[in-house]
Amino acid sequence: MFSLIRTMWTILLHMFRKRETVLYPEEKPYIPPRWRGRIILSRDPDGEERCVACYLCAVACPVDCISLQAAEDGHGRRYPEFFRINFSRCIFCGFCEEACPTYAIQLTNDFEMGEYVRQNLVYEKEDLLISGPGKHPEYNFYRMAGLSIKGKDKGEAVNEEQPVDVRDLMP
Amino acid sequence: MTNETVWKLITVFAILFVTLNVAAFLIWLERRLLALWQDRYGPNRVGPFGLLQVVADMVKVFTKEDWIPPFADKPVFVIAPAIIMLTIITAFAVIPFSPGIEVVNLNVGLLFFLAMSSLGVYSVAFAGWSSASKYSLLGGLRAAAQMLSYEVFMGLSLTGVVMLAGSFNLEDIVNAQKGMWFFVPQFVGFVVFFIAGIAETHRLPFDLPEAESELVAGFHSEYSGMKFGMFFVGEYLGITLISALIVTLFFGGWMGPVLPPIVWFTIKTFFFICVFILLRASLPRPRYDQLMSYGWKVMLPLSLLNLLVTGGILLATGK
Repeated sequence: MFSLIRTMWTILLHMFRKRETVLYPEEKPYIPPRWRGRIILSRDPDGEERCVACYLCAVACPVDCISLQAAEDGHGRRYPEFFRINFSRCIFCGFCEEACPTYAIQLTNDFEMGEYVRQNLVYEKEDLLISGPGKHPEYNFYRMAGLSIKGKDKGEAVNEEQPVDVRDLMP
Repeated sequence: MTNETVWKLITVFAILFVTLNVAAFLIWLERRLLALWQDRYGPNRVGPFGLLQVVADMVKVFTKEDWIPPFADKPVFVIAPAIIMLTIITAFAVIPFSPGIEVVNLNVGLLFFLAMSSLGVYSVAFAGWSSASKYSLLGGLRAAAQMLSYEVFMGLSLTGVVMLAGSFNLEDIVNAQKGMWFFVPQFVGFVVFFIAGIAETHRLPFDLPEAESELVAGFHSEYSGMKFGMFFVGEYLGITLISALIVTLFFGGWMGPVLPPIVWFTIKTFFFICVFILLRASLPRPRYDQLMSYGWKVMLPLSLLNLLVTGGILLATGK
């Protein structure tokens, strides 16, 4: 009986405690830098699209929310003809970011993407593409991997090393 | 129509209006107070202090689909939520809010209240039975057993007050407390009545009829829309009624210095409503057999003993 009254007294004293609630729209909570939010497509330092349309993100996606179509420009460089992410399906797992060999697809810490119309959650390439390099500002895939152009294969230019034959590395 | 009849009608409708609005307001109050005691804010967005949440809730509950399950016993299913509201609102008729402001000055006022709260049992029992679902039935069974057994010593605990005041008339009981409020000589009676009152309104910690962690929602599992709303209005009206009665019977009703009587009555009633909510915020729910054995093995002997001692003292002092 005494413990019941003491319980009630303790609960009553909670009136004077600090509130735990974060009053969200006025008061923004702290979002960690590695937060997995809205997905973007980044550009390399030269301003070109990083995406090489390898489909690895679409394969890694557990809910199949990424769809894209590969195309090639005159130099044999691959790029996505369209790139579409259906955010009404996306679960923000970040597997696409992990799968991406060129750091093109990245997750940002923006989560305020509510819409009244479901169709508006389907983001096209122009919605996804940003003007900067995102998380890896120095990285440029073609500087690292080399690029074959007409009359010159990979590793044939001056001071250029031969590409590593990955099959040699197998045990 | 005479002047007196008009005045009476105004009183009746004012009391009806105020009590129903208090029931709606209590939904907001309970959510705010629970939040306050759980280090949260509660509804604070709609209107000043979230007060318009009441309006929003009303709009929501009135526009919800009113679904009657095909397997339910339809007439009984429909009438059950009406009974609880009807009985509790009727019981408000005998409460003296302040001198002159009451619907009827009944010489068996207290018995009338006990009768009405007994009739309220039909509501939950009918609701549980007519829903034809196992959870509802279990909830209804529990409610019927709990309310009937707590009814017994709710009546017995009040007998002490009646003996001291020498009347069943609630206005006479209030007037008899001019010297000393009855919670001092009738402290045991007050405690027993308070606990029985919680069980009567099946509020936490005695909310076993609706125990959401065991029985989905107990006797009102199958209800929706305004029928569900009426059970809740009935519950909040019940809290108000029990609080008002505690004030009337044990805490001197409208009496108090300086402020007008109706204000004193409101303040005291409000305090006990807050205690009801505090109980909900702090205490866990007992097991069902614990509830029953607590009722019959502790509360009943206690109220009988209280009756015996009060009677003995009255006899010895020769009043």
